Amino acid sequence: MQADVKQRAIALLKEGTADRVLGWKAGEFFYDLTPAVFETSEEVERDFVWSPFSAPNLSKYLIGETRKPGKIAAFLKPCDTYSFQQLRKEHRIDREKVYVVAVQCGGMCDIEKIKALAKAPTAIREEGDMLVVSTLYGEKRLPRQDVLAERCLSCKSTKMAYYDELLGDDGEDKGDGRFEGVRRLEAMTPEERYQFWRGELSRCIRCNACRNVCPACSCEKCVFDNPTSGVENKAAANSFEENMFHIIRAFHVAGRCTDCGECSRVCPQHIPLHLLNRKLISDMNELYGPYQAGADLETRPPMTDFRYDDPEPSVVARRGGAQE
Amino acid sequence: MQRIGVFVCWCGSNIAATVDVARVAQTLAKEPGVVYATDYQYMCSEAGQKLIADAIRDYSLTGVVICSCSPRMHEATFRKTAARAGLNPYLVEIANIREQCSWIHKNKEDATEKAVILGRAAIAKVHLNAPLTAGKSPVTKRALVIGGGIAGIQTALDIADAGFEVDIVEKKPTIGGKMAQIDKTFPTLDCAACILTPKMVDVAQNEKINVFAYSEVEKVQGFVGNFTVTIRHKARYVDETKCTGCGLCTEKCPQKKVPNEFNLGMDNRRAIYIPFAQAVPKLATIDADYCTMLKTGKCGVCSKVCSAGAIDYKQQDRLEERQYGAIVAATGFNPISLDAYGEYAYNQSPDVVTSLEFERLMNAAGPTGGTLLRPSDGKHPHTLVFVQCVGSRCDGDGRGKSYCSKICCMYTAKHAMLCREKYPDTEVYVFYIDVRTPGKGFDEFYRRAVEEYGVHYIKGQVGKVVPQDGVLKVQASDLLENRQLHIDADMVILAAAMEPDKSARPLATMLTASMDTNDFFTEAHPKLRPVESPTAGVFLSGACQGPKDIPETVAQAGAAAAKVIGLLAKDSLTCNPCVAKPDELMCNGCSSCEKVCPYGAITYVNKEFRGPNRTTLLRRVASVNPAVCQGCGACTVACPSGAMDLQGFSNRQIMAEVDAICK
Repeated sequence: MQADVKQRAIALLKEGTADRVLGWKAGEFFYDLTPAVFETSEEVERDFVWSPFSAPNLSKYLIGETRKPGKIAAFLKPCDTYSFQQLRKEHRIDREKVYVVAVQCGGMCDIEKIKALAKAPTAIREEGDMLVVSTLYGEKRLPRQDVLAERCLSCKSTKMAYYDELLGDDGEDKGDGRFEGVRRLEAMTPEERYQFWRGELSRCIRCNACRNVCPACSCEKCVFDNPTSGVENKAAANSFEENMFHIIRAFHVAGRCTDCGECSRVCPQHIPLHLLNRKLISDMNELYGPYQAGADLETRPPMTDFRYDDPEPSVVARRGGAQE
Repeated sequence: MQRIGVFVCWCGSNIAATVDVARVAQTLAKEPGVVYATDYQYMCSEAGQKLIADAIRDYSLTGVVICSCSPRMHEATFRKTAARAGLNPYLVEIANIREQCSWIHKNKEDATEKAVILGRAAIAKVHLNAPLTAGKSPVTKRALVIGGGIAGIQTALDIADAGFEVDIVEKKPTIGGKMAQIDKTFPTLDCAACILTPKMVDVAQNEKINVFAYSEVEKVQGFVGNFTVTIRHKARYVDETKCTGCGLCTEKCPQKKVPNEFNLGMDNRRAIYIPFAQAVPKLATIDADYCTMLKTGKCGVCSKVCSAGAIDYKQQDRLEERQYGAIVAATGFNPISLDAYGEYAYNQSPDVVTSLEFERLMNAAGPTGGTLLRPSDGKHPHTLVFVQCVGSRCDGDGRGKSYCSKICCMYTAKHAMLCREKYPDTEVYVFYIDVRTPGKGFDEFYRRAVEEYGVHYIKGQVGKVVPQDGVLKVQASDLLENRQLHIDADMVILAAAMEPDKSARPLATMLTASMDTNDFFTEAHPKLRPVESPTAGVFLSGACQGPKDIPETVAQAGAAAAKVIGLLAKDSLTCNPCVAKPDELMCNGCSSCEKVCPYGAITYVNKEFRGPNRTTLLRRVASVNPAVCQGCGACTVACPSGAMDLQGFSNRQIMAEVDAICK
């Protein structure tokens, strides 16, 4: 696949379909891939990487990229295509300036899991369902399933929301398995749940990485950067406010979050932030019917849609709507 | 530095009996920015207003807080007071210490504390108030009346009389509505057609009135003074400009088995028809559901007999866009369906009829030519049982309406009286819960039915009607005598409840006009603004607002017309400046606000912005039409970036109020 992806990127530049290519390149290590824009086929040849670490969701970069002149070809994984559609729906991306190459993905890998099984990795290659990890101590073969990133273990769908061109086969919806983590939280007593989140959120250092990476957090000016909002660059006065930041953020993106899981991936403190978003998605599905942000361009997100038969969650004692 | 004046009203004893107003004024005087605080018996009185105006001048106030009744009551009053004293009217805030405090509390100590808190919140808000200036929008000097019954006809005639253009949109092929189907009118017993049809002719002849019959409203855009309405002219398959209404086609059409809706299906008409002799406009219409030519392509008789060459089988629905300054809803009513009332055997025997069907059976142009004959065998009935409140005033059984349909008592008395007068050999029974006859000459009318005409009024409900051996076995209870009655009746007439026409609900959605749970249009104020909808520029006429008889409908139609004339007489309207406004620098252009806006006030424009390094960025940003925006604030909540704010109710102001309350 690595070769196919690279070849397509070069071809797109050569045949003039796009003036630039948005993909990934290696950072300091082979596993810390970062988003990159390539303008020549030489750059692509030299730096473009498609690997089990091509984790960054590139859709958000298209907001800025499509404001520039010329057309850009973007390589998107299935989960990235949902963010892409959601941003199109919100008129943030100029569709005419993007050529979407969807790349089927076998799940992104977690380097920490690999390191635990194969010390000092230096390179990686895919062989079917296996990963061949070169380490300082020789090669090691690992089943991909064993080292998948947490978010990919609970993948929502490998079906593309949108593409101009597809590399690999289109996938399918994976059902509601992703809500297992949410169910575990719901099974806790309020006190247990409170302690769980206090424990997790107390580690937050307010680095804003979750916000900066989130495709739904793409406001021209974030409320937390806005001097008139009253909360700009506000240091948490107490641990309660520390917790509230993430809860407020989850509500801000409710109905627009496509559940790409980038927030948890980039968190340097390993806070499972995606669980907050998933809880809201799960609740919305239950109250207003199944809804997948970014699945299409037409439907209205439940939180900004009103229908006559909408349940009133605050006054409904039992879940399942007002019709009970 | 703000200089705020606080004025605490006693409202006589309304507030002062429960709230220590003097203490409220003294406490609020210590709030930051407050330079003057006082209390007075009636702040809205001329003396009270003078007190405010003098204080504004004497203390150079920059903001005013009035602790009084609901802003719905007197906000406008006090804004005018401030404006007269030279202060921008939007620097006035009302703290509602009557409806939200004194009226709902008993303990004076608690109520006083709450009044102080409410006053404090208003002071916190007024600190952030900005002077606002109301804009102007022009008025299209033409009205649209939706519905061509007596309500719509009267409203249109009155508006046209004042010199304004009016369009009537009627979904049926002719105007006239329910009144055209009625035989006689209470309490004077004059013929309905005799008083209605001259009005219909007036409408047809009035050059200010356009009648769009067989048409429906498809879409409504815009706002008070500037509505754009799309009207669907349904295909009649007859060229309106050529048809002379001679009616030859309606005699020759071979398709004779079409239920005649004008006679409520009690006789038949042809597939091409003119609803009734006095129809306006008098044009033939082909019923596409029954026309053999339109269904099979074989026939064409009407086309052959039409000497005017008016038949056009290829005619299509036509959409037309028209501009209006005001819209009047006059969609009227229908009797409810009686399918759920099996006990009255309405669906089992043709001799059980609704009161409206009975009107047709008594009418000279009806299916029996005006002679009262039983629908089942065409024989003259001798015993008639009238049942009132069928579906009215029956809350809770899931079949009927909770409200009183208002007109049934009177028309039943009329029917009973007419029966006895025309056919003295009949026995007439009326079963009632209560007989309600408020109205000029109404009770006298009912008494006449009982005393002069010998109608048997029995308090009690009919329990069961069973068709058996050619008669209707009526089982009923007489509540006053406390006994069961068994009557062998020839006919049973059911006073079915009235309900709003089915077209009203979708129309209300298009007009963004509100409705009650029964689908009657709601008025802006049940007592003080009874003919206006809460949506500016939309007015209500007739039974679409609630059950009404003809005199009331005509009175309301005239009132609605007066309101429309008042609006159309203006060259421009003052807009409410408390409207939404986007901060373009923060707007993402995501369309969230546009999608939640119930008034269609938000559009998007591509605007150039300064980018980094001397570049220019073209961004899509929201733009609010201040004339359309009603200031509901839905957009400010939906906006993900907080770019949308409501002037006069900004997020900062609301937060300041909350902070003040929680302090």
